[in-house]
Amino acid sequence: MNERSSKTPHPIPPPQAGEGGAHLPPPLLAGEGRGGGLAAQTPLLTARDLTLRFGRIAALDSVDIDIHPGEVVAIVGESGSGKTTLLRVLSGLMRPDAGEVSYLGQDVLGMTEAARRRLMRTEWGFVHQNPRDGLRMAVSAGGNIGERLMATGARHYGNIRDQAAHWLTRVEIDPTRMDEVPAKFSGGMQQRLQIARTLVTLPKLVFMDEPTGGLDVSVQARLLDLIRALVADLGLAVLIVTHDIAAARLLAHRMLVMRHGVVVESGLTDRVLDDPQHPYTQLLVSSVLA
Amino acid sequence: MSGYNFAYLDESTKRMIRRAILKAVAIPGHQVPFGSREMPLPYGWGTGGIQVTAAVLGPADVLKVIDQGSDDTTNAVSIRAFFRRTAGVATTESTEAATIIQTRHRIPERPLREDQILVYQVPIPEPLGRLEPRIAETRRMHAMADYGLMHVKLYEDIARHGHIATSYSYPVMVNSRYLMSPSPIPAFDNPKMDQMPALQLFGAGREKRIYAVPPYTSVKSLDFDDHPFRPIRAPHACELCGSRDTYLDEVLTDDVGGRIFVCSDTDFCSERQAVKEAAE
Repeated sequence: MNERSSKTPHPIPPPQAGEGGAHLPPPLLAGEGRGGGLAAQTPLLTARDLTLRFGRIAALDSVDIDIHPGEVVAIVGESGSGKTTLLRVLSGLMRPDAGEVSYLGQDVLGMTEAARRRLMRTEWGFVHQNPRDGLRMAVSAGGNIGERLMATGARHYGNIRDQAAHWLTRVEIDPTRMDEVPAKFSGGMQQRLQIARTLVTLPKLVFMDEPTGGLDVSVQARLLDLIRALVADLGLAVLIVTHDIAAARLLAHRMLVMRHGVVVESGLTDRVLDDPQHPYTQLLVSSVLA
Repeated sequence: MSGYNFAYLDESTKRMIRRAILKAVAIPGHQVPFGSREMPLPYGWGTGGIQVTAAVLGPADVLKVIDQGSDDTTNAVSIRAFFRRTAGVATTESTEAATIIQTRHRIPERPLREDQILVYQVPIPEPLGRLEPRIAETRRMHAMADYGLMHVKLYEDIARHGHIATSYSYPVMVNSRYLMSPSPIPAFDNPKMDQMPALQLFGAGREKRIYAVPPYTSVKSLDFDDHPFRPIRAPHACELCGSRDTYLDEVLTDDVGGRIFVCSDTDFCSERQAVKEAAE
C-alpha cells in the first residue's frame, strides 16, 4: 500500500471535497469495499457482457462495467483497443452484437431514440475529443451554452444569458467574450466551452472521449485541474476515455485497462498504476515518461 | 384548351397530390413528400404552388394569384393566365370573390373565410435547413420534436442585433407540435395564420414537399418570454390609401432619393381608395 491509498478509508463522499482541488478528491471505494450511506447507492450505469465485432476484429469482448454516482472511471489502453467503441456503445450511439446496458434500471439499448436523445440532453453529457464535433462553430459561445437549456424548454433570454455568463466564468473564460464564435477561441478555450455547454443542464453522467487530446501540455494540465474541480463540486459521474495515464491518475477513482477489446485489468486507480498485475498494464505504466 | 387535361396535370397526378394534401392536413405542419412534376415554368417561380392549385381546382372555382401581395406582377399574371387557359376557370383580383388564392410571399390583408383555400408557393420548406444541413438529421429532429436549435438561431439574433432580426420566413409552431416554415411571408403576416378560417396549403416544387395548416389551427411564432414576437412593418402610412395597419412596400420614385410607401396588397389598397373616392 502506498501513501496515497492509505488515506482513502476516510468515509467522505466526494461532492464535499476541497475547492479548487489541491488534493485528489478521496476516491469512492468500489465494489465490496462499500459500507452504508451514499456509497451504497446502486450504480448509475451498468453494462454486462458487451460484445461487438468489426468483421474479424473483436472491438469489445464480453466487457462488464459499473459506474456509480459521483465516480470518475477511466478507460485506458492503446489506440484500437476498443476504448472509444465502448464509450459509444455505453452512450447508446452504437449497438453491440450482444450484451446489455442499463441506466438507473432503464434498458439503454432497448429504449426509443426519443428517450435516448432526451437522456442525452438532460442527464447525460458527451465531451468530444475534438471540440469542433461538440460545438456549433458558427454559433456564439453564449448560444452554444444555451442550446441545451433551450432544448429542455428554457424560453427566457435573460436567464439563458445569465446562465451562460455563469458557466463561462466557471470554465475560466471571460464572460465578455460570450458573443464571440468559438472559431475565435484557442483550442483549450474551445474544449472548456464544450465542457460548459455539456454541464449547463447539470447532468448526472458525462462521457468524455480524450478531452485533453490535441492540447499542449500546460493547457492540458489546466483543463485537467478544471475538470477535477467541476467533477468534485457537482458530484458528477464521469466515464473518461484516455490514453494518457497521467490524466487518468489525476482524475479517476477507478480505472479499466483495455487491450484488443478485453478489459485486462480493473481496480482503484492507484492500485492499478502502482501495482499493475497484468503484463500489458505493466508495460503501459512503465512506458509513461517521468 | 384542347390537348390538355383540365388544369394541365393528368388525373392520376392530381390524385397523388391530393393524397399528399390529405396526409398534410391530417398532420398539421408536417412535410409530406410528393412526386413533384415538371411544370412549364422554372423552379422558384411557383411550381409547387401551381401543382397544389391544379390538384384542388374545380370548374366552379374562382382563382386569384398574388405575387408579393400584388395582382399585376409577371408571376401573378402568368399563373392566372395559365389556369384560365388550361382549366377555363374564372379569375379575379378580388380577395373577397376568390375561392382559391395562390400566393407568393404574402397573406391578403382582408381576413379569409372558411370557403377559401390559400395556396403558398414555398422555396425552402425546411425551417431547420440553414442550421442543420443534414436532411436525415432534420427529419429526425422533427420526429422527436427536438427544436432547441431553432431557439438558438433566435438567441443569436438577439445577441447580435438586440432583437429578433428575422423579418420574413419567421418560424412557427403548428398545433404545438411541428416546427414549420411559413414560406417567406413577412413576419407581419404570421399572426394571420393563427386560427385562420381558411385552409392553408403549402407546395414546394423543387423540394417535393407539401404541408398544410387546417382551418382553425393554432400557429404560434417562436419567441422568448422576455423578447416576445412582434410583427414588423414600416412606420408609415400608405401613400395611396392612407392605411396605417397594413404591410407596406417601399417604392423608389426617382433617382434623387425620392421614395413612397404603399400597401403591398394591391387589391386591399385599391378597394380602400375606391371607398375614399366615393366618400369625397
